[in-house]
Amino acid sequence: MPFWTISGLFRGNASTKWGVRDGDDGQEGVLGMPRFNPAHCLTDCTVCAESCPTEAITMAPNGEAGIAIDYGKCVACQLCVEACPTDALTTSHDWAFGVRHREDLHWVSEPTPDHATHKTPSGFFRSLHVRHVDAGSCNGCESELQALNNPFYNLHRLGVFFTASPRFADVLLVTGPVTHAMRGPLLAAYEAMPEPRWVMAIGTCAVAGGTAGGGEFCANGLEGILPVDLYLPGCPPNPAAIIEAFMLLLARKQQRVKGGQYAG
Amino acid sequence: MEEKPYPVRKMTAKLVSISDKTNHAPQSDVMVAADADAQMDVPPKPGAFGETEGGQPNVVSCRIDDILPALQQECSNGGRLEMLYVRPKSGSAFELCYLVNHAESGRFVMIVSEAMDVAPSMARHFPLLGWYEREIQDLFGIKFADHPEPYPLVRHDHKDGRKPLSHDPDVQRFPFGPIRADVVESAEFAFYYAGEAILHYHPHLFFKHRGMERRFEGLTPQTGVIFAERVSGIGSFAHALAFAQACEVASGCVVPQRAKMLRSLLGELERIYNHLAYLGHLADTTTLKVGQAEGKLLAERAKQINGKLTGSRFLRSVIAPGGLRRDLELKAWFELDLDRLRGQAEWYTNFLLASNSFRDRLLTTGPLDQRTAYDQGATGPIARASGIDRDLRRDHSYAAYDTLTVPVPVRQKGDADARFRVRIEELFASFDMVKALFRRLEKGPVLSSYTQEAYAEGLGWAESPRGSLFYAVHFGPEGRLQHVKIKSPSFSNWRVFPFTVQDSNMMDYAINEASFGLSIAGCDR
Repeated sequence: MPFWTISGLFRGNASTKWGVRDGDDGQEGVLGMPRFNPAHCLTDCTVCAESCPTEAITMAPNGEAGIAIDYGKCVACQLCVEACPTDALTTSHDWAFGVRHREDLHWVSEPTPDHATHKTPSGFFRSLHVRHVDAGSCNGCESELQALNNPFYNLHRLGVFFTASPRFADVLLVTGPVTHAMRGPLLAAYEAMPEPRWVMAIGTCAVAGGTAGGGEFCANGLEGILPVDLYLPGCPPNPAAIIEAFMLLLARKQQRVKGGQYAG
Repeated sequence: MEEKPYPVRKMTAKLVSISDKTNHAPQSDVMVAADADAQMDVPPKPGAFGETEGGQPNVVSCRIDDILPALQQECSNGGRLEMLYVRPKSGSAFELCYLVNHAESGRFVMIVSEAMDVAPSMARHFPLLGWYEREIQDLFGIKFADHPEPYPLVRHDHKDGRKPLSHDPDVQRFPFGPIRADVVESAEFAFYYAGEAILHYHPHLFFKHRGMERRFEGLTPQTGVIFAERVSGIGSFAHALAFAQACEVASGCVVPQRAKMLRSLLGELERIYNHLAYLGHLADTTTLKVGQAEGKLLAERAKQINGKLTGSRFLRSVIAPGGLRRDLELKAWFELDLDRLRGQAEWYTNFLLASNSFRDRLLTTGPLDQRTAYDQGATGPIARASGIDRDLRRDHSYAAYDTLTVPVPVRQKGDADARFRVRIEELFASFDMVKALFRRLEKGPVLSSYTQEAYAEGLGWAESPRGSLFYAVHFGPEGRLQHVKIKSPSFSNWRVFPFTVQDSNMMDYAINEASFGLSIAGCDR
């Protein structure tokens, strides 16, 4: 059927240049985590914490004023932004929330400069083979992971490949809050991987449980189950955010979030 | 003698049968009751499920022994069972709720019966209830007496007592999953096969059961929407819509017309990106790689339109009980982008239809006959590809579908090709509807005031890209959610799917599965 080939040649390359050099990341208009501006925050106000469905926003522990935000639990539902009577919480397009340390997802007023010494072990700067395990996600994350291989993002151009066998994998990419039924298969996949190996928690569920974590059937993400090398909250994180997370793991990009804030 | 494994074809209903006539199966004149001596002496007691307005079901209470005759009566009048759910009451008492859909007359009937400890199983008469009863057994500890497949469905914490089907050395057993190749959802499939021929197949699902229905307990309806959006990501909008509509019925809230139109419009946008991704995936399984790339690229473009319009590629955070959380600005770019996407989709589907190597793999693959589809509860494009002419958007109109012509493509053959063709026709019908809504969109408010009374209840539904989706919502004190039941389309279609795999061959399996376009998170919840 030559018509596929001919029309394909005629229409040219559909891939974005983004990720290697400047280009369209494809996320125009996509909302990310709400931004917090403590200057506008009212002292006795609790509406944002009450509106938050996943307890990402809590009142600061006793004695302190204001709120505590854990972006690892945020599902970017924007309910807090709508509830906030001032502009303390505003919508943003900050979706590239991949971090190496869980603490970086907790909002602090003055982020300390990086734990910058973290380096990916030698030999893994260019290419990665990834084994994905769905540990109970809502399939939003799967939909975005599948999108990585569409011609627009074309993940192969960056040297990242999904592999069928954990024996060939460098990275275990986990989505979902880890249901009890999936815990065994997940650990088996991890055990089957050769060392060195890394674990990525993709999506708010895998980072901290999200809307599904806890309860009778689920754990609260990978915490206490596997050692995590990279956390990427988001519900679901968009394909560009996942690509940034891969690049961060490979030390090909800088981490953008420190102390729960976007460095820009 | 070995225990019979699930599913067993012989077990299909003796009760319902349907005609080959296209419109609105089944025709009541061809219904034959297996237990003809069962008398229909149920005194129907009309009640209210929330308000009876807005197409809400009539509630018929009956004694536990009268469930069967009551269901038989409803189904002989052209009704079809949609779902069964249970509401725990005090102590060991509980309430069984059977939802019957009378598509022809556009109404629902809810048959409600109270019981203690043990309930009678209806699965022998209405096979599609088999999974509902097993799920209730697992999650609520309620026993269904004389169940034809008395195995656990949802729980994985104990062995289910089934023995291997065969020890014949020529028959190979192939357990596949729960972690499978490529980026897919988790589920385990057991194949028994000899050479290429599949002798027996059953899916082992619910690895992903998160107990989402229980998560709603104690939430406000506003927060509940956020949870509904996260039951099945690729059905986020339909889930949020069905949930919000259930809440609105329970509170008697009337949604402004502009919000209704935008809801329909967004619902069709969800169908567009899902169907395009479906086509790409189907092309992948037939190893038509260019077709795969193109389909996935178009799905990506549709998702980017979603993101630009609503801030979410999955159309999340838009719906609130009472309307929409904020108004959407549909500017000229939207129509332009959508027209461009439609043009590309036309070009793409024409190429697919002209690719003989692709079509050859679909024709006669995984045929699902009309009767099996009907008895086992197929829904959405799967049912419509097997000659069952049902669509909630037309039969039980919601949002702004009453102002639209909703084309319902139906095919008779029931093979992968029919499922593929139905989806293509639906895709372009969705483009048409979005365009019509965009042109006619009225100015006005998008959110009406919404307060939730205590102890109200409501049923909400939506025709998601995968079929009929229901939310039964019961409120407790202070207007907080007390009990929520989600009937997702994939729960229905996973039940049907194995019937098309038995006696087929390994080579066609992936194509057949892709042609169903099932979601596992939606099924497992």
